[in-house]
Amino acid sequence: MTVDMSQFYQVFFEEAAEHLAAMENLLLGLDIDAPDPENLNAIFRSAHSIKGGSATFGFQNMAQVTHILESLLDRIRNGELQLRAEMVDIFLKAGDVLQNQLEAHQNGGEADEENARAICEQLSRLATSENSGAPLASGAGEAPAPAADAHAVRTYHIRFEPDDGFPQRRANMDNLIEELGHLGRLSILEDGRHAPDGFSEEAAEGKLLWRFTLETASGEAEINAIFDFVAKAGELEISAEAPGSNKAEEEEETAYGFFTDIPEQAPDQPEEDQGYGFFTDLPSPAEKTASEEAEQGYGFFEEIQPPAPTVTAKAAAPLRTAPQSGEKNALASQSESSIRVSVEKVDHLINLVGELVITQAMLAQTASKLDPEIVEILGNALGQLEHNTRDLQESVMSIRMMPISFVFSRYPRVVRDLCAKLGKQVELKTVGEGTELDKGLIEKLSDPLTHLVRNSLDHGIETPEKRIAAGKPEKGTVTLRASHQGGNIVIEVIDDGAGINRDRILEKAKERGMAVSDSMSDQDVYQLIFAPGFSTADVVTDVSGRGVGMDVVKKNIVNGMGGRIEIDSTLGQGSRITIRLPLTLAILDGMSVGVSGENYIIPLTYIVESLKPKEEDVKTVSGQGRVLHVRGEYIPLVALYEIFNISPKVSKPHEGILVLVEAEGKKIALFVDELLGQHQVVIKSLESNFRKVPGISGATIMGDGKVALILDMSSLVSLSRNA
Amino acid sequence: MAKIVLTVDDSASIRQMVAFTLKSAGYEVVEAVDGADGLQKAKAKAVNLILSDQNMPKMDGITMIKELRALPQYKTVPILMLTTESGETMKSQGKAAGATGWLVKPFDPQKLLEVVKKVIG
Repeated sequence: MTVDMSQFYQVFFEEAAEHLAAMENLLLGLDIDAPDPENLNAIFRSAHSIKGGSATFGFQNMAQVTHILESLLDRIRNGELQLRAEMVDIFLKAGDVLQNQLEAHQNGGEADEENARAICEQLSRLATSENSGAPLASGAGEAPAPAADAHAVRTYHIRFEPDDGFPQRRANMDNLIEELGHLGRLSILEDGRHAPDGFSEEAAEGKLLWRFTLETASGEAEINAIFDFVAKAGELEISAEAPGSNKAEEEEETAYGFFTDIPEQAPDQPEEDQGYGFFTDLPSPAEKTASEEAEQGYGFFEEIQPPAPTVTAKAAAPLRTAPQSGEKNALASQSESSIRVSVEKVDHLINLVGELVITQAMLAQTASKLDPEIVEILGNALGQLEHNTRDLQESVMSIRMMPISFVFSRYPRVVRDLCAKLGKQVELKTVGEGTELDKGLIEKLSDPLTHLVRNSLDHGIETPEKRIAAGKPEKGTVTLRASHQGGNIVIEVIDDGAGINRDRILEKAKERGMAVSDSMSDQDVYQLIFAPGFSTADVVTDVSGRGVGMDVVKKNIVNGMGGRIEIDSTLGQGSRITIRLPLTLAILDGMSVGVSGENYIIPLTYIVESLKPKEEDVKTVSGQGRVLHVRGEYIPLVALYEIFNISPKVSKPHEGILVLVEAEGKKIALFVDELLGQHQVVIKSLESNFRKVPGISGATIMGDGKVALILDMSSLVSLSRNA
Repeated sequence: MAKIVLTVDDSASIRQMVAFTLKSAGYEVVEAVDGADGLQKAKAKAVNLILSDQNMPKMDGITMIKELRALPQYKTVPILMLTTESGETMKSQGKAAGATGWLVKPFDPQKLLEVVKKVIG
């Protein structure tokens, strides 16, 4: 039977990523002088699990790194090694290397193997230099064996004779030989020559042969693992040349053995390395000789019942006498507390529920047009349907929700590394890690938030000397706070640093020829930071900027996530950057407005107020359109019928309604015919179903079956400014 | 009637691989995520073979095997340890706990099936 191992890769990738994240968190939280044994155990287990999985699924580079890491961690948790700060640094770096390797396997890229080799060396050095009198191979203590195994050097004879597909095999061999080289001292006796097979030259074309001897501290299983993806059964022979040919040692090396009498039997397939063992007699036909088992790598501790039909019946007997009558129910009730489901399945479900919401709205709308007597009868049922639909929608949406701790959890590391680099002292506080938001948003939030945190550390928090001089505690604080506010998720990055220097921003903006004035509000000045090419590094400190600029941060948040970003700052006291995001990307609370018989949706979050203006409040600025005068403020008036080129039903603002919206820190007054009502709408992408339209972010289907376009406030505001 | 195998491993990927392999070969498979869960599943439903990882949160494999062996219905049911460790410590601990045998990780599906067939046919 062949099993396609690649079907398990995705689960392994997710699992390994979780372990790496857990490992990093635990490492960061370790008290170097008095580490919590439970945490050390958990770190060890993470490394151990990654090693097991990566070896099983053929990701050898990861298995190699985790192998060394695991051995070290094992000795630390057993008290054989004293934990030091330097070790945590190297462990964290090893985690980065593994992350890089994992991503390479996942996305088909190239891992930085140079880095991996370097970290392996560093880890090995920790193992040897710190070996304070506890011999690795002592085996006396509680230490499990890998470390012990790893240090007995053996010579292996390896013969690899692939049957077919040699061009590809040949290409793989270079990597493989390199990997073998990492295990120990490798001598190549035959490098892929054509093997004589007794047939004609042509027939021999496909036959290749490699022969090596390898002196290594690694076990046969590891050599096998390297060949795992290349060699098929029967193509690979590995034999160990053990010093003294001691049976016990051999057993240990091949990872199998017996504790009880094993009936002698002629070895029928002695070359095969089986990788398992039994501790006890295995009656014929299943019984194996010691030597064979030695090759197998498995073992039995006690007598095994032969898998004969009679015994099967016996083995099955307890099944029937088992006290549980409702086996199925008992099992079902104890099913796992969580399951992994592909995102596509969830998205499909969300889509279906979205359709259901629309259908429900259609029903409600149709019913409202019926004879009131019939509506009366239908009313209860329709109300119930609406209620259930909403509940269903909420539950389904909640499947995609993840706590923001998934993003926040990476920042202790970022802060730690950056503090070391900048020579600053910063405490990171996180508040509201349990706040949930859509998985899609979580993924998109990570990059911009990282940039903001880095900015806070780089440009916000001052050096300890400056802080002391300013009468502040030498350790700065950066707070990440997440909370729900209305229909939004609000994420704040707050620092108690130097704050943003308004004058320097204005100065810089003037230098760049931007249209600014000294009387601009603070908000407007801070918004300048988001202009393309306006590096905060130029403005706030002289440390050179890195990576993306604030313009990209803003673009990600506004265009990519439908969110908003604001800056508050007090010079000398710190800054606060606030990101407001919709709860989800799939559903939106909107106000539907009518323009010449068409429906448009304005996202509620942007609406400041709606008003019916007096005739004299609307003024025309020659050549620049109209403005609305409201409470001493002049706001540009944007008529939707002009933007979308439709013939107006109402062309005088005082006959229609003005909806004041605010986006990008600017207000505009949208002139519409009428307000139709507030709805929760399911967003359908216009881009993927039609094409991108300026001023429109998507579409939705209304209760009456009509399509309504969802207005893109940011682009409308900039359209109006450029008009 | 299909033989039932309980696979106990905290790694979802390994568990899936074991379950898929054994199901493809006609076994019924019950999965458990750690020793404590394994114990509970084994109590809830009698199984013909238990494959257990060694290093797991909550309850490790050795402890689970000891607990299982203390149950009358699991006195003789074969239990194999799936372990990355191959040293004497593992073996003496495994034997003392009452394990039937061991299989070293990493193993491939064929190897797993080979061993399982040896034990329960």
